[in-house]
Amino acid sequence: MNMGLLRVVAGLVLVCCLVAPLLPLGLWSVARGWFFPQVLPATWTLEPWARAFAPRSEIPGALLTTTTVALASAGLALALGIPAGRALGLYKFRGKALVELALLAPVIVPGIAVGLGIHGVFLRLGLTNSMAGVILVHLVPTLPYVVFVMSGVFANYDAEAEAQARSLGARPMQVLWHVMLPAIAPGVMVAGLFAFLVSWSQYILTLTIGGGRVVTLPLLLYAQAGAGRNDQAGVLAMLSLAPGLVILALTARQLTGRGLALGGGAR
Amino acid sequence: MAGSRTSATEVLGRGHPWLSLAPALCVIAVLFGGGLVLGLAGSFAERGGGWSLDAWAQVLSEGRVWRSLGLSLWIAGASTALSCGIGLGAALLLRRSFPGQGLARLLFQINLTIPHAVGALGILWLLSQSGFLARLVAGAGGIDTPADFPPLTQDRFAIGIIAHYVWKEVPFVGLILLANMQSLGDDPESAARTLGAGPFAAMRLVLLPLLMPALVRAGAIVFAFAFGAWEVPVLLGQSSPAALPVLAWQRFTSPDLAARPEAMALAMLIALVSALLIRAAFTARR
Repeated sequence: MNMGLLRVVAGLVLVCCLVAPLLPLGLWSVARGWFFPQVLPATWTLEPWARAFAPRSEIPGALLTTTTVALASAGLALALGIPAGRALGLYKFRGKALVELALLAPVIVPGIAVGLGIHGVFLRLGLTNSMAGVILVHLVPTLPYVVFVMSGVFANYDAEAEAQARSLGARPMQVLWHVMLPAIAPGVMVAGLFAFLVSWSQYILTLTIGGGRVVTLPLLLYAQAGAGRNDQAGVLAMLSLAPGLVILALTARQLTGRGLALGGGAR
Repeated sequence: MAGSRTSATEVLGRGHPWLSLAPALCVIAVLFGGGLVLGLAGSFAERGGGWSLDAWAQVLSEGRVWRSLGLSLWIAGASTALSCGIGLGAALLLRRSFPGQGLARLLFQINLTIPHAVGALGILWLLSQSGFLARLVAGAGGIDTPADFPPLTQDRFAIGIIAHYVWKEVPFVGLILLANMQSLGDDPESAARTLGAGPFAAMRLVLLPLLMPALVRAGAIVFAFAFGAWEVPVLLGQSSPAALPVLAWQRFTSPDLAARPEAMALAMLIALVSALLIRAAFTARR
């Protein structure tokens, strides 16, 4: 077999494997009573979607909760992470490696390892079982991500332009607004959108701190699948995919493989 | 030059980078550091308010804990080896253009954005004994009932769990390697070819060593995640032995309050394994 054909076959296998787990999820979201040994649903229907957005459904609430938590957490991560990324990207200083390690550790240490202890911290602060607590705990995975993206952005940023603006009489806020912000805006967008996505995908930290009271989409997904409401779980799975697709479309131009891979989506 | 650099730092009104770092570091210290410290303290806590080693003694002497640790190491090791191997192969495949290359790259990127919970449920519905794959086999006349299909989820060998991680992490490893290959360019390999190396030798002796640091770091991240994630083994794993994070969560939510310190000890055990990994990955970077 020649190399070209081999590539196409291997590529085809790869594509099939990547899509395979999504097929049953998508099919359940438009199926009624799809049982073994039916390969495809006997009845195709949009009923699961109608039911998902019917008045008594929990899905709209979970959608709102997940979006609010992810927006707030990404916003906070940006507010804290842009200055930190600037410091790491622009300056060399003693202890920098240690700072990078401290900010990298939360990416690698699993959520459950710190989550149980954070639950103790938040219990004392009265933050358990609340949306505020969940927003804060999502900073553990989102903030390091923003810091690293922004430090990469600032590493390629020309701080001399700020000095020039300043020597022409610009005030600090004007320099921030008119010089720095336009230069880093694409990076801020990528960092913010992917921080949103990281928060959107969280499970165990939400469960630990939210105590089951803060119901996000991943939690509801497992609850519905566990209760045998596969059609509703299928709808939830499709809804959970949506922001990732939108964000990919929005950032297609800014992204290199590395920037995206760093996000790792769900972690 | 020195003067202009000073004024650049003055623009933010912050002469020292620590001031810009402080808010982020404080948040990480309180949440992450505080979580670790309280977890550690909790593992030595006694119900009356004193300190004891009981939880650690209990946890470390329990056969079930060691079986769970072994299972989690197996899951993480197998997932990492397969993800790195297949990810490398996929990156080598996708760096040359062929029909379908764009689609595969796009799917890689989409795959990265999918929450683990969604992927795990998809794997369950794909591989379980009444799942999509079993139905395809039944349709082809291979089996009659779901019980005839081999158990690939909630099975002894954690095949479903490993399948999920490989599905999710091959694109992660692949995209990191593709980005590295892109920045390396074709020059190192073509130089080797000019000097008489065959295509395979050029790849093995020149390209692979150049990619190794990135592969090791990506592998460490995959290992730590596959070792410590909860939502995947809780759905795709068998109940006994359960993966270590699942066991920790069971103890944490147990109505028996004496189990709390044990849960904390298990959480610390998970943190310890990932700390060793961070160390290894950081050493590899230098």
